[in-house]
Amino acid sequence: MVIALAKSQKVSVWMKKGADTQKKPKCLVLSGFGLNSEAELAHAFFLAGAEPRIIHFSDISSGKARLSDYEIFAIPGGWSFGDDIASGKVLANKLKSTFRNQFEEFALSGKPIIGICNGFQVLVKLGALPNLSSDFKQQATLAGNASGKFEDRWVYLKPQKSVCKYFEGVPFVLCPVRHGEGRFVAPSHAISEMEKRGQVVLKYVDEKMEEGGYPINPNGSAKSIAGICDKTGKIFGLMPHPECSVLRFHFPRWPEGITYEKNSLRFFENVVKAGREHL
Amino acid sequence: MACRIEVGMKKDLPDPAGESLLKRINSELGIGKVKAARVVDIYTIEEDLSQQEKEQIGQELLSDPVIQDFSVDAPLMGASEGGFSYAIHVGFKPGVKDNVGDTSKEAIGELLGKKLSGGVYTSKCFLLWGELDFQGAERIALELLANPLIHRFEIKTAQQFASLGFAAFAPKVEAVGGGLVSEIDLNVSDKKLLEISRRRLLSLSIEEMRRIRDYYADPDTIAARKQMGMPLAPTDVELEAIAQTWSEHCKHKIFNAKIAYKDGKKKKAINSLFKTYIKAATEKLARKKKWLVSVFKDNAGIFEFVPGWNVAMKVETHNTPSALDPYGGALTGILGVNRDVLGCGLGAKPIFNTDVFCFAPPDYQGKIPPRLFHPRRVMEGVRAGVAAGGNASGIPTINGALFFDESYLGKPLVYCGTGGLMPSEIAGRKTHEKGAMPKDRIFMAGGRIGKDGIHGATFSSVELHEGSPVSAVQLGDPYTQKKLADFLLEARDLGLFNAVTDNGAGGLSSSVGEMAQSCGGCILHLDRAPLKYPGLDPWEILLSESQERMTFAVPPSKAGEFVQLARLRNVEVSDLGEFNSSGFMHVKYGAKTVAYLDMDFLHNGLPQMELEAEASPRKLSEPPPILSSDPKEDLLSLLSRPNIRSKEWIIRQYDHEVQGTSAVKPLCGKNAEGPSDAAVIVPLPQRKEGLVVSNGLCPRLSMLDAYQMAANAVDEAVRNFVAAGGSLERACALDNFCWPDPVYSPDNPDGKHKLALLVQACQGLHDACMAYGIPLISGKDSMKNDYRHGKWKISVLPTLLVSMVGRIDDASKAATTDFKSPGDLIYLLGLTKDELGGSEYYAMKGILGANFPKVDFKRNAKLYRKLEAAIKRGMLASCHDCSEGGLAVALAESCMGGMLGAQISLDGALGKMVPSHFLFSESAGRFVVSVKKGKEKAFARLMRKVGCFRLGRVSEIKQLHITYKGKPIVSAGVGEMLEAWKKW
Repeated sequence: MVIALAKSQKVSVWMKKGADTQKKPKCLVLSGFGLNSEAELAHAFFLAGAEPRIIHFSDISSGKARLSDYEIFAIPGGWSFGDDIASGKVLANKLKSTFRNQFEEFALSGKPIIGICNGFQVLVKLGALPNLSSDFKQQATLAGNASGKFEDRWVYLKPQKSVCKYFEGVPFVLCPVRHGEGRFVAPSHAISEMEKRGQVVLKYVDEKMEEGGYPINPNGSAKSIAGICDKTGKIFGLMPHPECSVLRFHFPRWPEGITYEKNSLRFFENVVKAGREHL
Repeated sequence: MACRIEVGMKKDLPDPAGESLLKRINSELGIGKVKAARVVDIYTIEEDLSQQEKEQIGQELLSDPVIQDFSVDAPLMGASEGGFSYAIHVGFKPGVKDNVGDTSKEAIGELLGKKLSGGVYTSKCFLLWGELDFQGAERIALELLANPLIHRFEIKTAQQFASLGFAAFAPKVEAVGGGLVSEIDLNVSDKKLLEISRRRLLSLSIEEMRRIRDYYADPDTIAARKQMGMPLAPTDVELEAIAQTWSEHCKHKIFNAKIAYKDGKKKKAINSLFKTYIKAATEKLARKKKWLVSVFKDNAGIFEFVPGWNVAMKVETHNTPSALDPYGGALTGILGVNRDVLGCGLGAKPIFNTDVFCFAPPDYQGKIPPRLFHPRRVMEGVRAGVAAGGNASGIPTINGALFFDESYLGKPLVYCGTGGLMPSEIAGRKTHEKGAMPKDRIFMAGGRIGKDGIHGATFSSVELHEGSPVSAVQLGDPYTQKKLADFLLEARDLGLFNAVTDNGAGGLSSSVGEMAQSCGGCILHLDRAPLKYPGLDPWEILLSESQERMTFAVPPSKAGEFVQLARLRNVEVSDLGEFNSSGFMHVKYGAKTVAYLDMDFLHNGLPQMELEAEASPRKLSEPPPILSSDPKEDLLSLLSRPNIRSKEWIIRQYDHEVQGTSAVKPLCGKNAEGPSDAAVIVPLPQRKEGLVVSNGLCPRLSMLDAYQMAANAVDEAVRNFVAAGGSLERACALDNFCWPDPVYSPDNPDGKHKLALLVQACQGLHDACMAYGIPLISGKDSMKNDYRHGKWKISVLPTLLVSMVGRIDDASKAATTDFKSPGDLIYLLGLTKDELGGSEYYAMKGILGANFPKVDFKRNAKLYRKLEAAIKRGMLASCHDCSEGGLAVALAESCMGGMLGAQISLDGALGKMVPSHFLFSESAGRFVVSVKKGKEKAFARLMRKVGCFRLGRVSEIKQLHITYKGKPIVSAGVGEMLEAWKKW
């Protein structure tokens, strides 16, 4: 079904959009083993001008699909391996033991890699983020929410000055968080290093763009960090779900006309632009 | 030798799991002197591993290097620092599904590059600091940490713990025996027949037992058995298969019974409630509803959503398992109904879940009968179970309800619903049609078979008592099911199977038996089924309800591709035999035939039940009008009552937005505080049509009038549906009855009365559906919701849940309940009568009353169509239905949602009613709406003839201000209303 949906996608009636004449980079959206947000992520990339393909993890590990055939690699949200042991951990280990070389090659080539929610957890546990020592060793983590609970709520995200170009022209993003393990934790020296190098990309803020306590910072993340990148700015992950704020009706207050789908979409378009450079 | 790896938070970091346990020890148990708590995760690995391998597992897999430490074969914590008062070790009992253990086994294998031969078992050690005695520690273990039905636990003091910690514990199932088949002689007295039924938990009546005995005495049966070399007496496999197929759960014997109904002097013979009231309504309506695709046939009802796409929906209950183990019971409930939709037609992708729970009040102070849990624990467990199932499966939980009443102390009601989306055709084949063909292979896919859940189908048909079997409890595994679901949809799109169905109640017996009906027989090899552990007898393999399994009919030409895809996707599939047209269900174990049953007898041999229903007159009385001196205090008290107050705490713990389809979320308004009447999702983002999902539930009215209980439930569901903008022309509903035992016996003296209530409720359901033109597409009943122990007997209120699903032609026109802008005119639609009987207001005052709400179908149907038009034409800024708490609560909720106030005058509205009755009456068919500026005239014109009263205006001042004859009678700030409403 997810495949059928991806194939039959047309431009949504929910979005006015001119004809897109630019070349479309191919985006591999990972699925399988408990990931579950691949359809909406593929749809967001589609709207942003990419050609998304939903590919099962085992099709890469079996050699049926190759990362190098794509310009963008995206790991969506979900509950890979049921979040057992720790979220993202088992899928990260599985990736290591099956197609680590392909992944590192893709990363070194400077093509965009995006991880959202569970995908972010995978990238962090894989050591691909923040990867301060360029050795793909885990240096940060996403721990259980400070509230002790899974929560679904909407948050504002403010782009920081960073090496990541994906938020150029994006004043803020309004989108939902939906996780139980999203509290960004890293040793303080690692966080200072990330700040110094411009690897802190997004922070949780309120509607006045100011940081604060719960629920503005919904999970108790250190320094309100919601999204980070590697030193190249090409690998980027975040806990919230911008793919669920790309259509007008996604927004809780659309009946009053309060929607910011252009901001989220601009993020995806920037990723697509970065992918296009590799065509 | 088993080794042990322990993982916990680094000692200098706080432990959130420990902290939340500490909070619960304080708040729920009132043990205030525990000062700190920490939790250690323990993995016991049954494998010979080198020290280096153990270190690697701890380092690279089980612990998080940033925040956690681990230890190998030694306690991580406690032994050295001491000082704690008690340590509690909690693990699973043998045979209980350990999801994290199973994942760990797979992941360790992946890490070490070798397959583990033994199991991996998880457990937890809780360390508690502070003043605590053994009794306190035991309470913490029993009331917060362990359910003795599925867990084992051990308590140690620091000294006892110091040297060794807890011994490694691998709860492996020790296999004994297995593979045995016995014969059962049915040529015995009636008394002995009943004894057989009772002892084997068959739940069969004497008529049914006699019918089975007669089948085996039939010369044709004898001849067929002789030819097969079968014993003449039934085998245990056969008897169990028949009992399962004939269970109340599968055959709905009560709903299909002949009923002699008596109400005073009125008498009526009813041949099947289902045919007379439920199916009949749908059949009459279906002639005009060409968009109905498949009703009452499959696992779920199917209708056309938009050309090319169909939607399937099903609602199930999982009450008994949720009483025994709230978390596991609810988790398997939601995963089970997901499989109903996955196994509907050729398979639909689940796109939403709904959850409706009935519990005893969480602040219940009375005694808890044996084997039951405190309602607070039941509620938290059920909530967590449904959340885990939905969240981990990537299915948004978009709509639900909570209802509290002490009658649910004995059995909570746990309704789980799922909707699924499927293309109407794949490669020229209609997806709603399926059928196994002769020669198709029987494939079982998903989880393995254990002793869990044996007798679930028959067990759900008996009351809960002290000796209820533990095997009735199962723990679901959302991860295994998600893999299975992805695989199923992929295989469907590739056209790899002819039929699929869920292995739910009754296991293989039910799934294979049902699928074999389309072709006329099967041969099933039980010895080929993968088992979790050895030691199962054939009948147990056939009946087991181990979760996350589905059965497929795969054409022989596709079997290779099917198996290959399954292997690639890590889904275990096994070829268990073949479908054929032999007319027999032929079951083998090795070379031996263990069951050989005539398909016709198995499926159609059940004798129709004959029952008596007799309504006893009720003594109801209406008190004199309450001339409440302070309606404001009443309003604030109502807002904080469990049946009304904010459900935000539960809604936020459910992922209600995954899949990116949610257009009207469960909470709406400026700060997302307002309760939505219905959910709207846009399942196909390229289209403008949306699905509207709502529900109605009014169990308290059962104490007054069962007909109106049902009529009001339908009306509430319809109201909610219309309030969000749903189109009545494209709406359908599902009925779920949960009743106390309605079959008379000396043990159940008021059975006839309860059956009479069921008859009346069916009549109410039928009439309401006919009046509003709502076809019923699927339903379910659960008929023995009683608890019994010695003198204790607790029966649930007769409860009917009506779930509605349908289309809104343009989701961008959907309405929400929050006031939007100051100055908008506020109207009350519909007629308010002095109908407080069974209301939340009367309940708060300790009154039942007699003037219950009577639904005026004709008037409401007109109003609903006009309202639909007003929403479609974009006239309304907000629309909210009036239900529990009446007009006053609806106004308060619209204010809280919009963070705005309202200036309301009741002058000219009351008729003969006193203000408090007008404010809190729960008459059906009513809405509070606010109208967009400039649309007032057009709106008033449209609504002229259907009952529309101008109440006042939305105001900027954040206050609900209600006046009558110039005097303020309610003046409540939005802040104080929110405070009352959000108190839990």
